Amino acid sequence: MLTNFRTGFFGACCWLFAGCATTPQTTLYDKLGGESGIHNIVENLVQEIGRDEQVFHYFAQSRVSRFKENLIEHFCAISDGPCQYTGDNMVDIHTGMNINERDFNHLVDLLINAMDDEGIPHRIQNQLIARLAPLREEIIYR
Amino acid sequence: MRHILLLLTLSLVSQLHAADGKLLATPGISQIEGAGGGGFVPWAQLAGYGSRDEIAANVFCSGANVDDYDLHVCGAQATFYDRVEFSVAKQKFHVDALNLNIKQRVLGVKARLYGDIVYSRFPQISLGIQHKKLDDPTVAYLLGADEDSGTDVYLAASKLHLGAIGGYNWLWNITARSTEANQTGLLGFGNAEHGNQREIVLEASTAILFGRHLALGVEYRQKPDNLGLKEDDWSNVFVAWFPNKVISLTAAWLDLGEIAGAKNQQGAYFSVTGYF
Repeated sequence: MLTNFRTGFFGACCWLFAGCATTPQTTLYDKLGGESGIHNIVENLVQEIGRDEQVFHYFAQSRVSRFKENLIEHFCAISDGPCQYTGDNMVDIHTGMNINERDFNHLVDLLINAMDDEGIPHRIQNQLIARLAPLREEIIYR
Repeated sequence: MRHILLLLTLSLVSQLHAADGKLLATPGISQIEGAGGGGFVPWAQLAGYGSRDEIAANVFCSGANVDDYDLHVCGAQATFYDRVEFSVAKQKFHVDALNLNIKQRVLGVKARLYGDIVYSRFPQISLGIQHKKLDDPTVAYLLGADEDSGTDVYLAASKLHLGAIGGYNWLWNITARSTEANQTGLLGFGNAEHGNQREIVLEASTAILFGRHLALGVEYRQKPDNLGLKEDDWSNVFVAWFPNKVISLTAAWLDLGEIAGAKNQQGAYFSVTGYF
Protein backbone atom coordinates (compact mmCIF):
# COMPACT_ATOMS: atom_id res chain seq x y z
CA MET A 1 0.00 0.00 0.00
CA LEU A 2 2.76 2.37 1.09
CA THR A 3 4.87 1.32 -1.88
CA ASN A 4 1.95 1.93 -4.12
CA PHE A 5 1.44 5.36 -2.61
CA ARG A 6 5.16 6.13 -3.00
CA THR A 7 5.21 5.04 -6.60
CA GLY A 8 2.12 7.07 -7.24
CA PHE A 9 3.49 10.11 -5.43
CA PHE A 10 6.87 10.03 -7.14
CA GLY A 11 5.21 9.22 -10.40
CA ALA A 12 3.09 12.35 -10.06
CA CYS A 13 6.17 14.41 -9.23
CA CYS A 14 8.05 13.06 -12.21
CA TRP A 15 5.07 13.76 -14.39
CA LEU A 16 4.86 17.32 -13.03
CA PHE A 17 8.53 18.05 -13.54
CA ALA A 18 8.57 16.36 -16.90
CA GLY A 19 5.61 18.52 -17.78
CA CYS A 20 7.59 21.60 -16.86
CA ALA A 21 10.62 20.45 -18.75
CA THR A 22 8.88 19.56 -21.99
CA THR A 23 6.39 22.42 -22.21
CA PRO A 24 8.22 25.62 -21.30
CA GLN A 25 6.23 28.85 -21.62
CA THR A 26 5.81 29.64 -25.31
CA THR A 27 7.60 32.88 -26.08
CA LEU A 28 6.57 35.48 -28.63
CA TYR A 29 9.70 34.37 -30.50
CA ASP A 30 8.18 30.90 -30.90
CA LYS A 31 4.84 32.35 -31.97
CA LEU A 32 6.62 34.34 -34.67
CA GLY A 33 8.00 31.09 -36.03
CA GLY A 34 11.37 31.20 -34.28
CA GLU A 35 14.56 31.75 -36.24
CA SER A 36 13.14 31.01 -39.68
CA GLY A 37 9.95 32.99 -39.03
CA ILE A 38 11.82 36.10 -37.99
CA HIS A 39 14.30 35.66 -40.82
CA ASN A 40 11.43 35.58 -43.32
CA ILE A 41 9.66 38.56 -41.74
CA VAL A 42 12.84 40.64 -42.02
CA GLU A 43 13.44 39.40 -45.56
CA ASN A 44 9.88 40.41 -46.53
CA LEU A 45 10.28 43.77 -44.81
CA VAL A 46 13.48 44.53 -46.73
CA GLN A 47 11.67 43.71 -49.97
CA GLU A 48 8.76 45.99 -48.95
CA ILE A 49 11.18 48.83 -48.18
CA GLY A 50 13.03 48.21 -51.44
CA ARG A 51 9.97 48.96 -53.50
CA ASP A 52 8.64 51.77 -51.34
CA GLU A 53 9.01 55.33 -52.57
CA GLN A 54 8.13 56.94 -49.27
CA VAL A 55 10.75 55.44 -46.97
CA PHE A 56 13.38 53.83 -49.22
CA HIS A 57 15.60 56.92 -49.08
CA TYR A 58 16.20 56.37 -45.35
CA PHE A 59 17.80 53.03 -46.16
CA ALA A 60 19.57 53.91 -49.41
CA GLN A 61 22.90 54.29 -47.60
CA SER A 62 22.60 51.17 -45.43
CA ARG A 63 24.33 47.89 -46.13
CA VAL A 64 21.44 45.50 -46.63
CA SER A 65 23.11 42.40 -45.18
CA ARG A 66 24.13 44.22 -42.00
CA PHE A 67 20.70 45.81 -41.66
CA LYS A 68 19.04 42.39 -41.96
CA GLU A 69 21.36 40.77 -39.41
CA ASN A 70 20.81 43.54 -36.89
CA LEU A 71 17.06 43.57 -37.35
CA ILE A 72 16.80 39.77 -37.03
CA GLU A 73 18.84 39.94 -33.84
CA HIS A 74 16.73 42.80 -32.52
CA PHE A 75 13.39 41.10 -33.24
CA CYS A 76 14.74 37.86 -31.74
CA ALA A 77 15.86 39.57 -28.54
CA ILE A 78 12.74 41.71 -28.14
CA SER A 79 10.47 38.66 -28.58
CA ASP A 80 12.30 36.73 -25.81
CA GLY A 81 14.23 34.58 -28.26
CA PRO A 82 17.70 33.15 -27.56
CA CYS A 83 19.56 36.22 -28.78
CA GLN A 84 21.23 39.28 -27.39
CA TYR A 85 21.01 42.48 -29.38
CA THR A 86 24.57 43.59 -30.13
CA GLY A 87 23.87 46.43 -32.53
CA ASP A 88 24.02 50.15 -31.82
CA ASN A 89 21.30 51.74 -29.74
CA MET A 90 18.19 53.17 -31.38
CA VAL A 91 19.10 56.81 -30.83
CA ASP A 92 22.57 56.46 -32.42
CA ILE A 93 21.23 54.57 -35.42
CA HIS A 94 18.51 57.08 -36.20
CA THR A 95 20.22 60.36 -35.36
CA GLY A 96 20.52 62.48 -38.48
CA MET A 97 17.79 60.56 -40.31
CA ASN A 98 15.01 62.88 -39.08
CA ILE A 99 12.32 60.23 -39.46
CA ASN A 100 8.90 61.80 -39.02
CA GLU A 101 5.74 60.36 -37.51
CA ARG A 102 4.13 59.64 -40.85
CA ASP A 103 7.11 57.68 -42.18
CA PHE A 104 7.42 55.79 -38.90
CA ASN A 105 3.80 54.67 -39.12
CA HIS A 106 4.31 53.81 -42.77
CA LEU A 107 7.15 51.50 -41.71
CA VAL A 108 4.77 49.90 -39.22
CA ASP A 109 2.39 49.30 -42.14
CA LEU A 110 5.23 47.70 -44.12
CA LEU A 111 6.11 45.51 -41.15
CA ILE A 112 2.46 44.43 -40.96
CA ASN A 113 2.60 43.53 -44.68
CA ALA A 114 5.80 41.59 -44.05
CA MET A 115 4.16 39.65 -41.20
CA ASP A 116 1.01 39.08 -43.28
CA ASP A 117 3.15 37.55 -46.02
CA GLU A 118 4.72 35.22 -43.48
CA GLY A 119 1.25 34.22 -42.26
CA ILE A 120 1.70 35.62 -38.75
CA PRO A 121 -1.76 35.90 -37.15
CA HIS A 122 -3.08 39.38 -36.38
CA ARG A 123 -3.00 38.80 -32.62
CA ILE A 124 0.66 37.78 -32.69
CA GLN A 125 1.51 40.74 -34.93
CA ASN A 126 0.03 43.09 -32.34
CA GLN A 127 2.24 41.63 -29.64
CA LEU A 128 5.43 42.29 -31.62
CA ILE A 129 4.26 45.82 -32.47
CA ALA A 130 3.43 46.39 -28.79
CA ARG A 131 7.03 45.58 -27.86
CA LEU A 132 8.49 47.78 -30.59
CA ALA A 133 6.14 50.74 -29.96
CA PRO A 134 7.97 52.16 -26.90
CA LEU A 135 11.11 52.54 -29.06
CA ARG A 136 9.41 55.12 -31.25
CA GLU A 137 10.52 58.06 -29.14
CA GLU A 138 14.15 56.98 -29.59
CA ILE A 139 13.67 56.85 -33.35
CA ILE A 140 11.58 59.76 -34.67
CA TYR A 141 12.70 63.36 -35.18
CA ARG A 142 16.36 62.57 -34.45
CA MET B 1 -11.78 82.12 -66.89
CA ARG B 2 -13.69 79.17 -65.56
CA HIS B 3 -11.25 76.80 -67.24
CA ILE B 4 -8.28 78.60 -65.77
CA LEU B 5 -9.81 78.33 -62.31
CA LEU B 6 -10.51 74.65 -62.85
CA LEU B 7 -6.95 74.03 -63.99
CA LEU B 8 -5.61 76.00 -61.06
CA THR B 9 -7.74 73.99 -58.65
CA LEU B 10 -6.71 70.71 -60.24
CA SER B 11 -3.02 71.58 -60.08
CA LEU B 12 -3.41 72.58 -56.44
CA VAL B 13 -5.23 69.37 -55.61
CA SER B 14 -2.57 67.31 -57.36
CA GLN B 15 0.06 69.03 -55.18
CA LEU B 16 -1.70 67.80 -52.08
CA HIS B 17 -1.65 64.26 -50.90
CA ALA B 18 -4.25 62.76 -48.68
CA ALA B 19 -3.06 62.70 -45.08
CA ASP B 20 -2.10 59.12 -44.19
CA GLY B 21 0.38 59.43 -41.32
CA LYS B 22 -1.60 57.62 -38.63
CA LEU B 23 -2.20 53.90 -38.34
CA LEU B 24 -5.40 52.60 -39.92
CA ALA B 25 -8.56 53.08 -37.82
CA THR B 26 -6.75 54.90 -35.00
CA PRO B 27 -8.35 58.34 -35.61
CA GLY B 28 -11.85 56.89 -35.23
CA ILE B 29 -14.84 58.39 -37.04
CA SER B 30 -16.96 61.56 -36.71
CA GLN B 31 -19.39 62.09 -33.85
CA ILE B 32 -22.80 63.73 -34.32
CA GLU B 33 -21.58 67.19 -33.27
CA GLY B 34 -18.77 67.07 -35.81
CA ALA B 35 -15.69 66.30 -33.72
CA GLY B 36 -13.43 63.37 -34.37
CA GLY B 37 -14.63 60.60 -32.12
CA GLY B 38 -16.98 57.75 -31.93
CA GLY B 39 -20.65 58.03 -32.83
CA PHE B 40 -21.72 60.43 -30.11
CA VAL B 41 -18.66 60.84 -27.91
CA PRO B 42 -15.88 63.25 -28.91
CA TRP B 43 -12.53 61.49 -28.51
CA ALA B 44 -9.06 62.72 -27.67
CA GLN B 45 -7.87 61.80 -31.17
CA LEU B 46 -8.01 64.58 -33.70
CA ALA B 47 -10.05 63.74 -36.77
CA GLY B 48 -8.36 62.21 -39.79
CA TYR B 49 -5.01 60.69 -40.64
CA GLY B 50 -2.83 63.80 -40.40
CA SER B 51 0.36 63.33 -38.39
CA ARG B 52 2.49 66.10 -36.86
CA ASP B 53 3.66 67.12 -40.34
CA GLU B 54 0.35 66.99 -42.14
CA ILE B 55 -2.93 68.78 -42.62
CA ALA B 56 -6.01 66.57 -42.83
CA ALA B 57 -9.50 67.36 -44.06
CA ASN B 58 -12.48 65.06 -43.66
CA VAL B 59 -16.14 65.11 -44.51
CA PHE B 60 -18.85 62.98 -42.99
CA CYS B 61 -22.57 62.30 -42.95
CA SER B 62 -24.49 60.36 -40.35
CA GLY B 63 -28.09 59.35 -40.03
CA ALA B 64 -30.03 57.96 -37.09
CA ASN B 65 -33.56 56.68 -37.23
CA VAL B 66 -35.23 55.93 -33.90
CA ASP B 67 -38.91 55.24 -33.22
CA ASP B 68 -40.26 58.80 -33.22
CA TYR B 69 -37.34 60.88 -34.51
CA ASP B 70 -34.67 61.05 -37.22
CA LEU B 71 -31.36 62.84 -37.08
CA HIS B 72 -29.30 63.70 -40.14
CA VAL B 73 -25.91 65.30 -39.76
CA CYS B 74 -23.27 66.28 -42.26
CA GLY B 75 -20.07 68.08 -41.45
CA ALA B 76 -16.38 68.46 -41.94
CA GLN B 77 -13.16 68.73 -39.99
CA ALA B 78 -9.79 70.28 -40.75
CA THR B 79 -6.92 69.14 -38.58
CA PHE B 80 -3.59 70.93 -38.49
CA TYR B 81 -0.40 69.04 -37.63
CA ASP B 82 -2.19 66.72 -35.22
CA ARG B 83 -2.42 69.66 -32.87
CA VAL B 84 -5.72 71.39 -33.50
CA GLU B 85 -8.98 70.30 -35.10
CA PHE B 86 -11.69 72.62 -36.42
CA SER B 87 -15.09 71.14 -37.12
CA VAL B 88 -18.49 72.14 -38.38
CA ALA B 89 -21.70 70.12 -38.34
CA LYS B 90 -25.23 70.79 -39.53
CA GLN B 91 -27.89 68.74 -37.82
CA LYS B 92 -31.45 68.20 -38.94
CA PHE B 93 -33.66 66.58 -36.34
CA HIS B 94 -37.02 65.42 -37.60
CA VAL B 95 -39.87 65.15 -35.10
CA ASP B 96 -42.36 62.69 -36.52
CA ALA B 97 -45.24 63.75 -34.25
CA LEU B 98 -45.06 67.40 -35.34
CA ASN B 99 -43.72 66.69 -38.82
CA LEU B 100 -41.14 69.43 -38.42
CA ASN B 101 -37.38 69.75 -38.57
CA ILE B 102 -35.23 71.28 -35.87
CA LYS B 103 -31.92 72.46 -37.31
CA GLN B 104 -28.78 73.11 -35.34
CA ARG B 105 -25.31 74.19 -36.36
CA VAL B 106 -22.26 73.20 -34.32
CA LEU B 107 -18.81 74.77 -34.57
CA GLY B 108 -16.02 72.97 -32.77
CA VAL B 109 -12.37 73.34 -31.91
CA LYS B 110 -10.25 70.67 -30.25
CA ALA B 111 -6.62 70.86 -29.24
CA ARG B 112 -4.34 67.95 -28.44
CA LEU B 113 -2.67 68.69 -25.13
CA TYR B 114 -0.63 65.55 -24.60
CA GLY B 115 0.35 62.24 -26.04
CA ASP B 116 -0.33 59.89 -28.85
CA ILE B 117 -3.13 57.38 -28.63
CA VAL B 118 -0.89 54.51 -29.73
CA TYR B 119 2.63 55.36 -28.62
CA SER B 120 2.71 57.52 -25.52
CA ARG B 121 2.91 55.89 -22.16
CA PHE B 122 -0.09 57.78 -20.82
CA PRO B 123 -3.35 58.38 -22.69
CA GLN B 124 -3.71 61.10 -25.27
CA ILE B 125 -5.47 64.13 -23.77
CA SER B 126 -7.40 66.79 -25.67
CA LEU B 127 -9.49 69.79 -24.76
CA GLY B 128 -12.39 70.84 -26.96
CA ILE B 129 -15.29 73.25 -27.24
CA GLN B 130 -18.49 73.01 -29.24
CA HIS B 131 -20.60 76.06 -29.88
CA LYS B 132 -24.16 75.22 -30.87
CA LYS B 133 -26.92 77.36 -32.29
CA LEU B 134 -30.48 76.47 -33.23
CA ASP B 135 -31.91 77.89 -36.45
CA ASP B 136 -35.37 78.19 -34.98
CA PRO B 137 -35.82 77.92 -31.20
CA THR B 138 -39.63 77.69 -31.21
CA VAL B 139 -39.82 74.07 -30.00
CA ALA B 140 -37.01 74.60 -27.48
CA TYR B 141 -38.77 77.60 -25.95
CA LEU B 142 -42.13 75.83 -25.90
CA LEU B 143 -40.52 73.05 -23.84
CA GLY B 144 -39.09 75.59 -21.40
CA ALA B 145 -35.50 76.05 -22.57
CA ASP B 146 -33.67 79.22 -21.59
CA GLU B 147 -31.42 79.80 -24.63
CA ASP B 148 -31.20 78.96 -28.32
CA SER B 149 -27.42 78.61 -28.23
CA GLY B 150 -24.82 77.21 -25.90
CA THR B 151 -21.24 76.12 -25.59
CA ASP B 152 -19.96 72.77 -24.37
CA VAL B 153 -16.42 72.36 -23.09
CA TYR B 154 -14.92 68.89 -22.83
CA LEU B 155 -11.75 67.12 -21.80
CA ALA B 156 -11.09 63.73 -23.39
CA ALA B 157 -8.57 60.99 -22.64
CA SER B 158 -8.01 58.12 -25.02
CA LYS B 159 -5.67 55.14 -25.35
CA LEU B 160 -5.16 52.25 -27.69
CA HIS B 161 -3.56 49.27 -25.98
CA LEU B 162 -1.72 47.11 -28.51
CA GLY B 163 -2.52 43.43 -28.29
CA ALA B 164 -4.13 43.97 -24.90
CA ILE B 165 -7.18 41.70 -25.02
CA GLY B 166 -6.36 38.23 -26.24
CA GLY B 167 -3.89 39.80 -28.66
CA TYR B 168 -6.44 42.25 -30.07
CA ASN B 169 -5.95 46.00 -29.87
CA TRP B 170 -8.18 47.67 -27.33
CA LEU B 171 -9.33 51.29 -27.40
CA TRP B 172 -10.96 53.30 -24.67
CA ASN B 173 -11.97 56.93 -24.36
CA ILE B 174 -13.41 58.90 -21.48
CA THR B 175 -14.77 62.41 -21.90
CA ALA B 176 -15.98 64.87 -19.29
CA ARG B 177 -18.24 67.55 -20.74
CA SER B 178 -19.52 70.74 -19.20
CA THR B 179 -22.87 71.48 -20.84
CA GLU B 180 -26.28 73.04 -20.45
CA ALA B 181 -27.67 71.49 -23.63
CA ASN B 182 -31.03 69.70 -23.71
CA GLN B 183 -30.84 66.63 -25.97
CA THR B 184 -27.42 67.88 -27.17
CA GLY B 185 -28.93 71.32 -27.87
CA LEU B 186 -31.68 70.20 -30.24
CA LEU B 187 -34.17 71.15 -27.51
CA GLY B 188 -32.31 74.29 -26.54
CA PHE B 189 -30.12 75.11 -23.56
CA GLY B 190 -30.85 75.39 -19.85
CA ASN B 191 -34.22 75.92 -18.25
CA ALA B 192 -35.98 79.28 -18.48
CA GLU B 193 -37.25 79.05 -14.91
CA HIS B 194 -34.13 77.78 -13.21
CA GLY B 195 -31.49 79.88 -15.02
CA ASN B 196 -27.96 78.53 -15.31
CA GLN B 197 -28.08 74.73 -15.59
CA ARG B 198 -24.46 73.99 -16.50
CA GLU B 199 -23.26 70.62 -15.27
CA ILE B 200 -20.55 68.09 -15.95
CA VAL B 201 -21.50 64.84 -17.63
CA LEU B 202 -19.38 61.80 -18.42
CA GLU B 203 -19.13 59.99 -21.72
CA ALA B 204 -17.21 56.85 -22.59
CA SER B 205 -16.45 54.62 -25.52
CA THR B 206 -14.59 51.38 -25.79
CA ALA B 207 -13.83 49.11 -28.72
CA ILE B 208 -11.88 46.05 -29.68
CA LEU B 209 -10.23 45.98 -33.10
CA PHE B 210 -10.74 42.60 -34.69
CA GLY B 211 -8.09 42.85 -37.35
CA ARG B 212 -6.78 46.05 -38.93
CA HIS B 213 -10.08 46.98 -40.54
CA LEU B 214 -12.85 46.22 -38.08
CA ALA B 215 -13.80 47.66 -34.70
CA LEU B 216 -16.60 46.54 -32.41
CA GLY B 217 -17.56 48.73 -29.53
CA VAL B 218 -20.00 50.41 -27.20
CA GLU B 219 -20.60 53.99 -26.17
CA TYR B 220 -22.31 55.71 -23.31
CA ARG B 221 -23.24 59.36 -22.99
CA GLN B 222 -24.60 60.80 -19.79
CA LYS B 223 -27.09 63.63 -20.26
CA PRO B 224 -28.52 66.37 -18.08
CA ASP B 225 -32.27 66.72 -17.55
CA ASN B 226 -32.85 70.45 -17.42
CA LEU B 227 -36.39 70.46 -18.81
CA GLY B 228 -37.84 67.86 -16.44
CA LEU B 229 -38.71 65.66 -19.42
CA LYS B 230 -36.89 62.58 -18.08
CA GLU B 231 -34.02 63.02 -20.54
CA ASP B 232 -32.19 59.71 -20.52
CA ASP B 233 -28.54 58.82 -20.97
CA TRP B 234 -27.64 57.47 -24.39
CA SER B 235 -25.86 54.29 -25.39
CA ASN B 236 -24.99 52.44 -28.54
CA VAL B 237 -23.32 49.32 -29.85
CA PHE B 238 -21.33 49.87 -33.03
CA VAL B 239 -19.33 48.18 -35.71
CA ALA B 240 -16.93 50.29 -37.77
CA TRP B 241 -15.19 49.22 -40.95
CA PHE B 242 -12.00 50.88 -42.16
CA PRO B 243 -11.21 49.40 -45.59
CA ASN B 244 -8.44 51.98 -46.11
CA LYS B 245 -7.32 55.46 -44.97
CA VAL B 246 -9.80 57.16 -47.30
CA ILE B 247 -13.17 56.01 -46.00
CA SER B 248 -14.85 54.47 -42.98
CA LEU B 249 -18.33 53.05 -42.62
CA THR B 250 -20.06 52.64 -39.29
CA ALA B 251 -23.32 51.06 -38.27
CA ALA B 252 -24.77 51.16 -34.78
CA TRP B 253 -27.79 50.33 -32.74
CA LEU B 254 -28.89 53.24 -30.56
CA ASP B 255 -30.74 53.33 -27.28
CA LEU B 256 -31.66 56.96 -26.63
CA GLY B 257 -34.27 56.38 -23.93
CA GLU B 258 -37.00 58.96 -23.52
CA ILE B 259 -36.99 62.07 -25.75
CA ALA B 260 -39.53 64.81 -25.04
CA GLY B 261 -42.21 62.45 -23.79
CA ALA B 262 -41.65 59.68 -26.35
CA LYS B 263 -40.37 56.67 -24.46
CA ASN B 264 -37.84 54.00 -25.38
CA GLN B 265 -36.35 55.53 -28.51
CA GLN B 266 -34.26 52.89 -30.25
CA GLY B 267 -33.05 52.51 -33.78
CA ALA B 268 -30.29 52.25 -36.29
CA TYR B 269 -27.45 54.61 -37.07
CA PHE B 270 -25.22 54.74 -40.09
CA SER B 271 -22.22 56.96 -40.72
CA VAL B 272 -19.64 57.49 -43.40
CA THR B 273 -16.45 59.56 -43.13
CA GLY B 274 -14.17 60.42 -46.04
CA TYR B 275 -10.55 61.28 -45.15
CA PHE B 276 -8.32 63.52 -47.28
